[in-house]
Amino acid sequence: MIGRRRRTGPPAENCQAADEPNAAPEAQRRAVRLYSVATLRRGSLCSMLVVLAAVVVWLFVAATLIAGEPVYPLPEFTSGYQVPDALHPPPRPMWRHYADLAYLVVALALAAYFALVLRWRAGLLGLAVVSVIWLGFWRKGCVCAVGAIQNVALAIGDPSYAIPPLVIAIFLLPLVFTLFFGRVFCAAVCPLGAVQELVAVRPLKVPRWLDHALGLLPHVYLGAAVVLAATGTAFVICRYDPFVNLFRLGGSAGMLLFGGGMLLLGLMVGRPYCRYLCPYGALLSLLSPLARWHVRITPDECINCRMCEEACPYGAILESTTTPPPDRNWGRLRLGLLLLSLPVIVGVFAFAGYQLHWPLARLHPSVSLAVRMQAELADPSIGTTEASDSFRRTGRPVEELYAEAEQIRRRFIPGSVFFGAWVGLVFGVKLVSLAVYPFRKQYEPHKGNCVSCGRCYWYCPVEQARLGLIRDVDLDAYRRAAQSPSPGGDKPRQL
Amino acid sequence: MAIDNIPTRRAFLGDVFRVLGAGGMCCAGLWLTLRAGSGPQGQSPQTSAGGKSPAAEPLQPLPRRPGSYVWQIDPDRCVACDGCQKYCVLDVSAVKAVQCFALCGYCDVCTGYFPTQGYVLETGAENHLCPTGAINRRFVERHGDERFFEYTIDEQKCIGCGKCVAGCRLMNGSLYLQVRHDRCVNCNECAIAVACPAQAFRRVPATEPYLLGKNMKTAIAALERRRQAAGGAST
Repeated sequence: MIGRRRRTGPPAENCQAADEPNAAPEAQRRAVRLYSVATLRRGSLCSMLVVLAAVVVWLFVAATLIAGEPVYPLPEFTSGYQVPDALHPPPRPMWRHYADLAYLVVALALAAYFALVLRWRAGLLGLAVVSVIWLGFWRKGCVCAVGAIQNVALAIGDPSYAIPPLVIAIFLLPLVFTLFFGRVFCAAVCPLGAVQELVAVRPLKVPRWLDHALGLLPHVYLGAAVVLAATGTAFVICRYDPFVNLFRLGGSAGMLLFGGGMLLLGLMVGRPYCRYLCPYGALLSLLSPLARWHVRITPDECINCRMCEEACPYGAILESTTTPPPDRNWGRLRLGLLLLSLPVIVGVFAFAGYQLHWPLARLHPSVSLAVRMQAELADPSIGTTEASDSFRRTGRPVEELYAEAEQIRRRFIPGSVFFGAWVGLVFGVKLVSLAVYPFRKQYEPHKGNCVSCGRCYWYCPVEQARLGLIRDVDLDAYRRAAQSPSPGGDKPRQL
Repeated sequence: MAIDNIPTRRAFLGDVFRVLGAGGMCCAGLWLTLRAGSGPQGQSPQTSAGGKSPAAEPLQPLPRRPGSYVWQIDPDRCVACDGCQKYCVLDVSAVKAVQCFALCGYCDVCTGYFPTQGYVLETGAENHLCPTGAINRRFVERHGDERFFEYTIDEQKCIGCGKCVAGCRLMNGSLYLQVRHDRCVNCNECAIAVACPAQAFRRVPATEPYLLGKNMKTAIAALERRRQAAGGAST
């Protein structure tokens, strides 16, 4: 039986194995190494023999592998031993996924009911806690609506990817709810939003200019994630999800630090991920302004008392305006110029996107492998990587890999042009929206950015009166006080 | 209360458009679901198996409208690096070694059990290739000088490092790595798949969550034939 342990082969193999310390790995790899050894000593008869012997060994092993014959056949057991079958535990049951879907529907409905009908902040907070526990810690935050963007993008870009109906439902339900009730999903259902809602204890006010600038990031992130997912490159949203590692209580140190840092930042800056990164939030903020019913600060008529001005930790309260802007002609000219230059901006960004298609395509594993193989073939001294070693082991011709990479690169051209145009559009529309001077008669939430958390209700005296917490109060007095200059000689309300 | 009950033309039209929009989104979702799996294969390494290698067998088209997807390792592509042990989001990887008994040679000197360098043919813990001693070796029978042993994986101990898989590849290659679906949390993007150097991870329908290598299929078919022949002979 001891004789079985060494495969019989040409003697050159054993001779070569002696001066190769790591000769144990499989024979194909050995053949590759022998070949490289031989090329170094080109011309010598010995190396020719070694190459020949290696080729013979390799062909023998390859023939064995291709024929599917085991090197040592299954013994003919005589003692009545029964060969067992490999054990395969079943996948986790599907009912959990349906339970998630049911929870999503119920929680969305409850959040809308709490935010719009009851105006009950404590209810929303309680729901947020349940969501963090259920969708976060119990279900490990996967699959979530935020990540489902990529599954949908991949299903659009790659018809061979069969997207599960469940993922479609998880993706669409919050969108549909947002179309009718605003971003109630962000308020208390999304585990990522909920965990940040719970830690936002002492939020600072982010300066307007910074808020506007950083607010563009989610749209850029959304565009990049869609392009990378649709081309089958990567699911970047999942890869750089800050909180999913916290929910799983494990993960790479970098991502855990990122998640912890986000939570710490969330103590002082309200919902940093939702406002400045979340791509699904970007999608919802496009739909939320169309909502049929949206959260309002006041339950009745706004009396412009300015009590809610500091209420929103997310900078989503728009102040009312009473005086016209100083120079309307200049404003009109600026708006007109911006509107005219919008196509130019989009075009320039689309061109920049086209220029970006090769760096983006390099992110695809097959393309980066092709580039690596090309470099290795041009200059063997750079050594090999795990990926290129694995590729060599498959025996695929390198031309096939190059062709595949070229195909992927071509697919990136429309993708990156779309990405550039999208970024340009976001940028241009932002400029236009900043150039439009808003006229508002009352304080109201920014319908795109408001996450329906319900913090502002409490600040409104009309709400306090509705709850019966203050009685016999003359709300008109508030209104008059707000509209007249304050007695301390302060300047009147500046816009 | 935000809900006003005064129906105006504007509100009515708005409602109509919202309902149409929601219906449109649902229809688009339905179309995506129905279209799924009908296109050509091989666009992304993580959805199908990427390029068509002559060594790997041609991919079966995915069934239409599967309920769900799970991640799995294609044993024909796996290179048995230790990425599965390192990159899984779980503390102990969801990937474990599996023994395909039909392909196993029941060797006395098992290169998946003993290290190939400096080995001592004793079964003491220090002589195991497996760092956690997760392979159980059990004597089965003796044919003259040849002794045959059964090797089983203790999944409780296995950490999915793939050392035994790489060792067994020197012989029959009956040990292989698989994602164990009682443990896998089925991340939307599997962290091991991202790191896998051989692009061996792919999504498979949850109805058939395990993959076999080509030679394993042959061996299992051969074992089935042998069982049938034995059954026929006994009756």
